[in-house]
Amino acid sequence: MDFANYDPARASREIISAKIVVAGGFGVGKTTLVGAISEITPLTTEAIMTAAGVGIDDPSKVPGKETTTVAMDFGRITMAQDLILYLFGTPGQTRFWFMWDEIIRGAVGAAVLVDTRRITDAFAPLDYFENRKLPYVVALNRFDGAPNYELAEVREALAIPADVPLVLTDARSRDSVKQVLVTVVEHAMSRLQAEHNRGFPTPVG
Amino acid sequence: MEGRRTEARGELVRPYAVTRGRTEPQQDITLEAVLSASATAVAESRFAGHDKHRIATICEGRAQSLAEIAAYTRMPLGVTRVLVADMVAEGLLTLHTAAAPTMGFVERMNLLGRVLSGLREL
Repeated sequence: MDFANYDPARASREIISAKIVVAGGFGVGKTTLVGAISEITPLTTEAIMTAAGVGIDDPSKVPGKETTTVAMDFGRITMAQDLILYLFGTPGQTRFWFMWDEIIRGAVGAAVLVDTRRITDAFAPLDYFENRKLPYVVALNRFDGAPNYELAEVREALAIPADVPLVLTDARSRDSVKQVLVTVVEHAMSRLQAEHNRGFPTPVG
Repeated sequence: MEGRRTEARGELVRPYAVTRGRTEPQQDITLEAVLSASATAVAESRFAGHDKHRIATICEGRAQSLAEIAAYTRMPLGVTRVLVADMVAEGLLTLHTAAAPTMGFVERMNLLGRVLSGLREL
């Protein structure tokens, strides 16, 4: 150790962080869900994507068209001095898959929020997590005046596998959101245990 | 742009100007990886330029993730990652552990168990 630079604050315990991903269609309540439980007002971070420039001979001649900004919202829960959980909402537009790859890397698991008025919006995230082998649960966000389907109907309509938890939630309610996140972690743990028992751990991310 | 100032600011400046054109970080850092800065590091960062000093100040006393640093500085994620990776290499920031795909079974289970109890206690 270099004692000249010794600093008690720096020598403090190692901090571990983890994240849970919140996905779903545009306007389904991802940021509401994150905000209901986050200790900070949800923040937004932006990534800049270079557009493919299809059909443009020289993209530099089209100011403002050469890059696209992708925004994602996230929140934070400090669980202990050495443990922080982050909640990341996926960008609403599912065409930004490159950003999704970044968001799910190392994630504990995901919750896919579903709005019964636009149930098909959930197909893309469901397919994505299924392909990436990321443990996920499906949470039906209850909107006032939305069609009141049975969970079994939603499971069938979205072809959600029997082993994937499907729960009802109110994205505005802290307790309800907490229960969704508990379900995500429990599901991730049972998946991990099952894979371990089979001897074929599935890498995530 | 006036004079020889290279760290130009403003909306019209290309985002990677603050990294002097570099787009690849020295070290890959995930969105949720947290960073902290000691008081000494914050003082040292004064000589590392405006952006790095700002980042160090944000991480003093409260560990912040790469995503938080990007949000608070209003810099794009890729740019922030390059600067933060530089600062880790320069000893201005301490990079902590993020849950990673490379974690072993026992380590990952322990972490998930801690997250689960943390959520239940909320």
